[in-house]
Order: sequence, then C-alpha cells, then structure tokens
Amino acid sequence: MDGSAPQPEISIQTEDFDIAAESRRLTAGKTDIGAVASFTGLVRGSDETTRAMKLEHYPGMTERALSAIAAEASSRWPLQGIRIIHRVGRLLPGEQIVLVLTASRHRAAAFEAAHFIMDYLKTRAPFWKREETPEGARWVDARDSDDHAAARWETDPA
Amino acid sequence: MQVLYFAWMKERIGVGSEEIAAQDAVTARDLIEILRQRSDGHALAFEDMSAVRVAIDQEMATLDTQLDGAREIAFFPPVTGG
Repeated sequence: MDGSAPQPEISIQTEDFDIAAESRRLTAGKTDIGAVASFTGLVRGSDETTRAMKLEHYPGMTERALSAIAAEASSRWPLQGIRIIHRVGRLLPGEQIVLVLTASRHRAAAFEAAHFIMDYLKTRAPFWKREETPEGARWVDARDSDDHAAARWETDPA
Repeated sequence: MQVLYFAWMKERIGVGSEEIAAQDAVTARDLIEILRQRSDGHALAFEDMSAVRVAIDQEMATLDTQLDGAREIAFFPPVTGG
C-alpha cells in the first residue's frame, strides 16, 4: 500500500458519530500507521442565545468538494487514511457537527493535514448554518478569519 | 440550464431551483443580470454582489468564469460549515 494515496471516506449525515469507532475503523488491519489526528467540531451555543443550528448543504457538490480537499491533503502529506464526517439538519448546542481524522506514519503530517482539511472545509465546502435564537432564526455570517486561515495554506505549502 | 439557490438566497427567491434559458449569458455575471429581472425576490437576492458565490457544474467558480455550456449553476452566500 506504500506510496498509494488512501481512498478518503466521506459522509454527510444527520446521525451522530463515534470518534473512537471511526478511529478504530480507519486503522483496522494496518500496522504502518504511527499517528491518528482528530478534529471534532461542536455546535457552540454562543453567548447563550443559540438554541439550535440548522445545517443546509448542496448535495452532490458537497461530496465533490470534500473529496477534492481530501485529495489535496493527500498530495501534500504522506497520509494512510482520511475520514471526514459532516452532519446536516438540526443540531443542538454541544452536539458534534464535524469530524476529521487523518492517519499517517508520523504525527506532523497527521496534525497538519487535519488542520488543512478543516481550514479548507470551512471556506470551500458548501454548507450553511442557520441559527435559532430567542429573537428568531438568522443565517450565520461567514468569518474573514476563516478566509485568512485557509489562505495561510496557499502561501505556506507543506 | 438548471439554476440552484441556497441559504438566504433561496429564501429571497422563493425556490431552490429553476430551469432558465439563457443562451446569451457568457459568464455567471451575465446570468445574474438576466435572473435579476425575474422578480423582486431575485433582485433582492442579488442586491449585494459581494455576498454572492457561484458554483458551475458543482465546482467553485467566480462571477466572471465562462458558463461554457454548463448544465448546473448554483448561487449561494459565503459558506459557513464546519
């Protein structure tokens, strides 16, 4: 398997996920992996106003965009596995919303690839959040800081 | 071509997708000029062009990308996933 890019596993789902089970599945039957980095995003109940978050996405394009991001990560770092799960639908504060797992021989590649995937996902994958607050529902604004985080990888390739 | 809308653009326009005959539109920007005429909701959706993003056949593009026979054009605000 050495030298061949891993087939990333990507899921868009309403159901919750189990990080430990996903991590075990990613490494099952492989002994050449030395590091699995994981990032889990949670629904943040910002200043106690967010009652729920509704996630909309662009079916078809979402999977393509995430596959492209995973492929880009594989071309930049030596990875043995990539797992991305993004939930859609209505989620409550504290719930898990996104999971990125990256497996590699060494930790640097796993850490950096997971960071890269999240930064790109934030700016390139077609998801939109609608926040339910006591004053009513509103679409969440994109943040410039996310653009800056993603842009860092353009000027500072691994 | 099939034109799709997401998030608040869909709400303003009132539909998530519509079939549009716009052979004269060379770029996404040209297509927007045509769509704007369709209703007040369309005009409102495209009021602030700095908030408009486009995907052509499910690939991120710019407003000046040539449509070039594309079948599916999607308009949406900046993404907020993750």
